[in-house]
Amino acid sequence: MLLSRNPVTSALWLILNLFCVAGLYLTLSARFIAVIQVLVYAGAIMVLFVFVIMLLNLAALPRLQHFDWKRGVAFVLAMGVLAQLAYVVAAGLGAGTGPVNLEAAAATGSAREIARELFTVYAMPLEVIGVLLLAATIGAVMLAKRRFV
Amino acid sequence: MEIAVDWYLALSAILFVIGVLGVLFRRNAIVILMSVELMLNAVNLSLVAVSQSLGDLSGQILVFFVMAVAAAEAAVGLAIVIAIFRNKVTVDVSDFHLFKY
Repeated sequence: MLLSRNPVTSALWLILNLFCVAGLYLTLSARFIAVIQVLVYAGAIMVLFVFVIMLLNLAALPRLQHFDWKRGVAFVLAMGVLAQLAYVVAAGLGAGTGPVNLEAAAATGSAREIARELFTVYAMPLEVIGVLLLAATIGAVMLAKRRFV
Repeated sequence: MEIAVDWYLALSAILFVIGVLGVLFRRNAIVILMSVELMLNAVNLSLVAVSQSLGDLSGQILVFFVMAVAAAEAAVGLAIVIAIFRNKVTVDVSDFHLFKY
């Protein structure tokens, strides 16, 4: 996704990536999250991205001809983050919670269990998320209008 | 087939760093927003893996909320990009320097 100059190609690679991550959720037996991932991420957010790319009618940006020191520092910092994350994962190898027990995971991955907790224990954050989505919708419409009415 | 949680966490770390590289190295504002979505996906993957491993549902509910917030943020971010594009007819972030002297 990062290596293509055309943003439409990047969006398509990201859609493929999101489908693969949904497949990984299915191997974890998290069925609700897998379906929500395909519906919301790959089905709504990426469609929005593709719409905006097509609407703005972007051409591929020309490649930078030189590697200045700022990009070198950025690459070193990103590799530092990767080294830290790799150290944390390697330090916890074998000492963690072990392989995913699929029978127990299948019980907690269904929509029924998640809905039961979502609507009882987490009912307040659910309402707040509704208000947040309303605010985001109003904000997006106001930002993209031609003239403030 | 049971896969250890460590593989999911390692893949999540790699996806996260790929997202970070995308934010740092790409000049197209829309591709930067897509890299942010990739980072959020990496975090979602690690949350779901540990949640299913521990049998605790809180991780997956957090993933639900993170997806909702990511959708809201993508919508508002793209609206901002559209508003900028209307004035400057470019999405190259090296041309967005109105805050400089």
